Amino acid sequence: MMSTITLDRPTEQVTSKEASIAAQTVLELRNIEKSYDMKTLIIKDIDLQLKQGEFVSIIGPSGAGKSTLLRCINRMIEPSSGDIIFDGTNITQLSKSALRKQRTKIGMVFQHYNLVSRLTVFENVLHGRFGYKSTLQGILGLYTEEEKMLALSILEKLGMKDHVYKRCDQLSGGQKQRVGIARALVQQPKLLLCDEPIASLDPNSSKVIMDHLKEISQSMGITVLVNLHQVDVALKYSDRIIGLNRGSKLFDDLPKRLSQMDIRNIYGAEVDELIFE
Amino acid sequence: MTTTNFLRMKKWKMTGIIILLLAITYGSSMITDFDVMKGIKSIPGTIAWIATNLIPDAAAMENLPKVLSRLWETIILSVIASTTAAVCAFFFAIFGSKTTQINRILAFSTRLIASVFRNIPVVAWALVLVISFGHNVVTGYFALFISTFGTLVRMFMETIDEASADGVEALNATGATYFQMVFKGVLPDTMPQMLSWLFYMIETNIRSATLIGLLTGTGIGYLFDLHYKRLDYGTLGLITLSIIVVVIAIEFTSNKVRRMIL
Repeated sequence: MMSTITLDRPTEQVTSKEASIAAQTVLELRNIEKSYDMKTLIIKDIDLQLKQGEFVSIIGPSGAGKSTLLRCINRMIEPSSGDIIFDGTNITQLSKSALRKQRTKIGMVFQHYNLVSRLTVFENVLHGRFGYKSTLQGILGLYTEEEKMLALSILEKLGMKDHVYKRCDQLSGGQKQRVGIARALVQQPKLLLCDEPIASLDPNSSKVIMDHLKEISQSMGITVLVNLHQVDVALKYSDRIIGLNRGSKLFDDLPKRLSQMDIRNIYGAEVDELIFE
Repeated sequence: MTTTNFLRMKKWKMTGIIILLLAITYGSSMITDFDVMKGIKSIPGTIAWIATNLIPDAAAMENLPKVLSRLWETIILSVIASTTAAVCAFFFAIFGSKTTQINRILAFSTRLIASVFRNIPVVAWALVLVISFGHNVVTGYFALFISTFGTLVRMFMETIDEASADGVEALNATGATYFQMVFKGVLPDTMPQMLSWLFYMIETNIRSATLIGLLTGTGIGYLFDLHYKRLDYGTLGLITLSIIVVVIAIEFTSNKVRRMIL
């Protein structure tokens, strides 16, 4: 269903030998650091590589810098130093309008869904197309037939077909989050950043959302990077887990290599009873 | 400290505050030679005077067409002043709000301008503007516009800050332009609240317009002044009543409209 509809994406630069590597590595972070007050580092010297279609979780205690790191990737928060190479482009130096263009290829999903609550599901999903449009087209809500079909097919795939014309303030949390995911997917992104996508949801809705995210990474080849605070969920879904504590990367490996010792390091010594109750 | 002591302390504090307030009232009436009892005693007399003099009689009713046409002028003036001020205030509020500001300098200066406009009373604006524009409707328009603008910028800014930080973040992350974000992310969620404020300002402005009309010689305020000076209290009562009716009618409509859009 999804594959039948494809939209023109801004032409991607492909050059001979580097092409195969660029196709593999979607995102590379080099020495990313972030500090708000020039004294304490929220993010310390993070290096990270994400491959196409990979499902990667970032785990760590509250205040470890998970959200900050995620927002540094699309420069919603400006990193203090380091380089972000996304899709073959170093986006750290980009101007505002060039950054806007790159952001269209990075979808973002939020803990509090961040929908415009008085608008319908359909309108909220179509907001994902703004990056491809002129200001006026966006304000007047001029979407092409293909864009509308794309939005509908994504909503159908996420099981939201019956709620297309509902206002978002009438939806449950799980439904809102699916609208949030649909808005990100309608961007036709290469990378999906999910900031605590299930932190405000009940267990059933959480499972639905995580299953959809996993499916997105596997069948659509979109790289998914998820902030989580539930270790068990990270273990179950991830291709790779990154452990963050006080802004430093302590672990970056396959889920099966995550030992109790690692978890203790990431979360601090006292909380291991909390996680393995 | 035991709980009884704690509660007793609170009671003493309350008593102290009441005594202090009474002392201030008594002290200020001493200083200004204002006799509270005399003031209260004169209330029945005032009511009787209003009942005999301010009730519109047949002669006053002959002035009704004139009153209505002046009132219409006043209503239109306050509606125009309020709506145009609201449109300008919306853009200033966007530049001044923390969630949608473009940069700090612009945000600070818009807030400063709005604050100056707001904190000078509308009557003062009218008096100042009369000098430059003369006794006409334009003066009234600008006086109302400026004070409404100042108030609405403040109210709209608070509305935007409260309602839309999340949506703004999401739209920025999709690569939306600034004005796409404003019109599709901020406006839909803040519109009902902002319309409420607009209706409130229209009501307020009809009252203010009456007062400004006194100063600029236009609208219902002019008529009020005229009949006041002629000691024509019947017509004065008619004017007052018609203003009350209009303000209540607008309040009623605004409530209805608000419920419709919510």
